[in-house]
Amino acid sequence: MGIIKAKDVIYEYMRRDEEGNVEGITRAVDKVSLDINQGDFIAILGHNGSGKSTLAKHMNAILYPTEGTVWVDGKDTREEEELWNIRQSAGMVFQNPDNQIIGQVVEEDVGFGPENMGVPTKEIWERVEESLKAVGMYKFRKHSPNKLSGGQKQRVSIAGVLAMHPKCIILDEPTAMLDPNGRKEVIRAIRALNDVEKITVILITHYMEEIIYADKVYVMDDGKIAMQGTPREIFSQVEKLKSLRLDVPQVTLLAYELKKRGVDLPDGILTTEELVGALKQNRKG
Amino acid sequence: MLRDITLGQYYPEESVIHKMDPRVKLGGTVLYIISLFFMKNILGYMIAALFLGLVIKLSKVPFKFMVKGMKTILMLLMITVVFNLFLTQGTPIVTFFGKISITWEGLELAVFMAIRLSFLIIGSSVMTLTTTPNNLTDGMEKMLGFLKVFKVPVHEVAMMMSIALRFIPILLEETDKIMKAQIARGADFESGNLIQRAKAMVPLLVPLFISAFRRANDLAMAMEARCYRGGEGRTKMKPLIYQKNDYLAYAALVLYLIISIGIGRLTLF
Repeated sequence: MGIIKAKDVIYEYMRRDEEGNVEGITRAVDKVSLDINQGDFIAILGHNGSGKSTLAKHMNAILYPTEGTVWVDGKDTREEEELWNIRQSAGMVFQNPDNQIIGQVVEEDVGFGPENMGVPTKEIWERVEESLKAVGMYKFRKHSPNKLSGGQKQRVSIAGVLAMHPKCIILDEPTAMLDPNGRKEVIRAIRALNDVEKITVILITHYMEEIIYADKVYVMDDGKIAMQGTPREIFSQVEKLKSLRLDVPQVTLLAYELKKRGVDLPDGILTTEELVGALKQNRKG
Repeated sequence: MLRDITLGQYYPEESVIHKMDPRVKLGGTVLYIISLFFMKNILGYMIAALFLGLVIKLSKVPFKFMVKGMKTILMLLMITVVFNLFLTQGTPIVTFFGKISITWEGLELAVFMAIRLSFLIIGSSVMTLTTTPNNLTDGMEKMLGFLKVFKVPVHEVAMMMSIALRFIPILLEETDKIMKAQIARGADFESGNLIQRAKAMVPLLVPLFISAFRRANDLAMAMEARCYRGGEGRTKMKPLIYQKNDYLAYAALVLYLIISIGIGRLTLF
């Protein structure tokens, strides 16, 4: 069993009108099963309202499944006595950086998690230092979070989770509120965590460019897993992605259109370099 | 405009007073204020002034920052002085309309009250200017820790205070944004009389409240995700530990209290 495993997870909530009467039941997650291995970089993709954030909140025991089971590190998320262990082993980074930074100084915020876990003072300082270095924010440790850019704030949030020494980090659209530069910064930090620290990363996003580094991609639609596979496998199905209201990266789209018009190219091209390489190969052959 | 407001008014500087344990500063301020109300003669107030001057000198904070705080309570100060001046019974000096009179006792009381209030304000602003808000809440949490026995949620209150302080600039920024958005749609916040302007603020407050609640909800979730479960079993990244200087400060404080109250309570006249 992997670090996170879900079996037939269903999550329903009641819609209420203004007086609080039940109008109906919405099924946000519908029979989702997945198994995530330690050390993987997983991307969960989907347009707004596809249930991807709801699913993510199950992996951190913020929400519990209506039916089915979620195991984090082998523990059922519904077992109350394991709650804090689960939250420690599966850290979560949210969308809005302003709403998840608690401290008034960067280093104090990063220390918040370890403080809650009861880590001795000396070790907190070590963890804070190493986490801030891992995301490249060490030189800002004495700054006020209010003075940082969006990308920097989000990296501080990641460091805050990292300081709790989790086995896995779930990032719920961490780049949705950032500008392109901030997005790049954050994605670079996330990839470094996965490559260097060997932490399992679950990235929830609707930006296609961010998933090309993933080991495995799940595409969600209407609460269900609509597609799964490597980025290459996913991107080779341009038509299906379009029907799920998702865009493919420009390069992939270009390669797809060229192929449709008779250029001999492999499926699922992800980067500009790849396309250039393939086109050069064509000219030689 | 809104962003210029700073609460707590911390003045960053490297001084003995800044480095002092917040508990010493908090306790010191309270004791100093109490000492002001125990004095009965001008000699005691001179000692109090001397002590305050020494602390200000040590804190390296420019004196004009202290006086800034005075401006806000000038009105209150005036009212207190006037009331004391005219409404104290005793030997009259001047009498107006045969009824209202200024008495010797009233004059004395008014002068002492003015001195007391201004020292009180300056004294407490020395504390806020030299202590970061975070440090202050930490200090309060530790000092009031004994209240936990009476089921007072000391840690929770301290946590709320420090979160409130952290969100002040964010909410100010948000207010600014909403204001601009409404100005762009023709809202007028600047003209009209006081009541009209207050009314214009209502459409500003509603979205601000909604967004504050949303933020609070998000923050609570983020805190829980980071294993926050109250003060129980929590360790401190920056624990408060008394240093040699803090003990010296306590000693100085006690010395001041003995001298000032001892002399201040002597009857001179």
